[in-house]
Amino acid sequence: MKRLLIILALAAALPAFAQEPIKIGLVTALSGQSARAGEALTRGLQVAIDEINAKGGVLKGRKLELVRRDDESVPAKGVIAARELWFKEKVAVLFGGLDSPVALAIVPLANENKLPFMDPWAAGTPITKNGAKDNYVFRVSAVDEIVDKAMLQYAQKTFNAKNCGMILVNNPWGESNEKGLRAALSEKGVKHAGIEKFEGNDIDVVPQLSRLKAAGADCLFLVGNVGPSSQVVKSLDRMGWMPPIVSHWGPAGGRFTELAGPSAKNVHFVQTYSFFGKQSAVGDKVLKALMAKYPDIKGPGDITPAVGVANAYDAMMLTALAIQNAGSTDGPKVRDGYYKIDRYDGLIKTYSKPFSPQQHDALNEHDYVWAQFIDNQIVPVGMKQ
Amino acid sequence: MVGSALISGLGLGSMYGLLALGFYVTYAVSSTVNFAQGSSMMLGAVFAYTFSVRLGWPFAAAALMALVLCALYGLLVELVAVRPFASRGSSAWLMATVALGIVADNTVLFTFGKEPRGLALPAAAASTTVLGVHVSALQVAIPAVGLALAALLHWFSRNTRHGKATLAVVQNADAARLMGINVPLAIMAAYALSTLFAGAAGIMIAPLATVHSDMGTVFGLKAFAVAILGGITSAWGVMLAGLMFGVVESLITALLGSAYTQILSFMLVIVALALMPHGLFGRAELKKV
Repeated sequence: MKRLLIILALAAALPAFAQEPIKIGLVTALSGQSARAGEALTRGLQVAIDEINAKGGVLKGRKLELVRRDDESVPAKGVIAARELWFKEKVAVLFGGLDSPVALAIVPLANENKLPFMDPWAAGTPITKNGAKDNYVFRVSAVDEIVDKAMLQYAQKTFNAKNCGMILVNNPWGESNEKGLRAALSEKGVKHAGIEKFEGNDIDVVPQLSRLKAAGADCLFLVGNVGPSSQVVKSLDRMGWMPPIVSHWGPAGGRFTELAGPSAKNVHFVQTYSFFGKQSAVGDKVLKALMAKYPDIKGPGDITPAVGVANAYDAMMLTALAIQNAGSTDGPKVRDGYYKIDRYDGLIKTYSKPFSPQQHDALNEHDYVWAQFIDNQIVPVGMKQ
Repeated sequence: MVGSALISGLGLGSMYGLLALGFYVTYAVSSTVNFAQGSSMMLGAVFAYTFSVRLGWPFAAAALMALVLCALYGLLVELVAVRPFASRGSSAWLMATVALGIVADNTVLFTFGKEPRGLALPAAAASTTVLGVHVSALQVAIPAVGLALAALLHWFSRNTRHGKATLAVVQNADAARLMGINVPLAIMAAYALSTLFAGAAGIMIAPLATVHSDMGTVFGLKAFAVAILGGITSAWGVMLAGLMFGVVESLITALLGSAYTQILSFMLVIVALALMPHGLFGRAELKKV
């Protein structure tokens, strides 16, 4: 009897061994101010993984399995978590980088060890354009320098703006966008009304904004996380001045309407996707899967931040194709697998040859949508009043 | 441009002044201060938010409750972080008050949450235009309340028995004790008052800013600079220094640009202290041997 049991157990274990799952790692903030965004990345990845596994997995039936670690938005913790996932858990592809500084800290580790690293959020330009000869870092998200070009384009087109002023948070992210916005402006030969910085915990931004107003600014470029962005809007309210505000996606990170008050809706910010409005077939499918899996999602408004879910979903689908193309989970082969992706009907768009040795960013300025906050929900501009 | 910068500066300046008054009251009575006044300010805002938004109390009741709790927190600061050290003649209260502030910040972080929250006050949003400058009700109320509290403190210390008793403690604690004045009680009262002032500042700043656990850190540091600048021995001096610091900060930003704000405003503090070592309005302490 005992022998029979052992044989049975072995028999049960054998196919499981042959079909060992492929681990997919995720290093992101799972606690702290950005925890919601980390959860959105998790959900996007999980829904994609469930879909892939339901269809039989990749590489002849191997299932995918998600392993997560919290980086608390601290670069050093991100690197430790990345090491653990790559070298101990042996993940095939590491997803990560909610905060650009964390992603930037992980980049050299990926390139030195020839391990694929997929960034579904952090927008810092040098994450993918990292100067490495052998680049293993890919991204399905917005990119600062492209967002800056799009911000200028949107301001000119939508508001006929001729003299925009910059109001930027005083940190490396603000700095990176100052560079990007300057480049975008000089490329088009357009001048600006001034560049003003403010501290993340400044209570009053009126003096900075007064300078821009006095310089004749007819629109504002805003770069800052949700708290600082709301300080700008409140200060504008106090001044009784409400120029068009074109913003990076900072406001999307929290309760912007609550923090900034009714004028929050005046801020138009960049997003890569919205679950509101008419959805594509893929959009309907993902929305349905999210509502089935997560009881707190009752409609498009509960998927916040939507960009996290959408970017992670598409990035996971593209990664599965890359592993399939590679025929193994070997780092360099998977990297080349990304280059071999031909066409994929995704959530954000239909990707056609999204990656090449020269192009590690799958999204560009044509893939951005503009959104605003109405009643604490992110909706495409003009959809709700 | 200068007009709106002035309004901003007066508002922020009176808040610096209120926090700095908190440094003044405890220093005057006991030669100690709560270095983490920024945390007391944060507590005022967090309590007001909790009672008015989470528990749905009317704002006035929420503000009052927040002030009471801030005053109690002041008693705790004195009991835990000051008295054990000051009574032994040690200066470790310096570090202990900072430590207690960090404990308070982190306790709020875990209980209140890490996400910044907004406290809207519709009555404060009303606004009008004076001489071409847009002014909101809150921007007028903040300096008014700040100055009123300073005036009240002045009146209390000159015209009431308790106030006079406190002044006696300020002049000579030993003599006051011999005259039957309860010195420990006076020190406790000073600490309660000090955190109450900071809490009041926090409640007034909350609708202007966002409420989160480290909203007071930088603000508290600036307020300490203001207290030293004013000469920590003069109530009106401290308040005036607060107003001046706020206005100078805003004017530098408005006229020269935000890149220069911190550099120039703190350089001016150093220059002012180099020229007047006892602060703008302070007096040299006489050390009698």
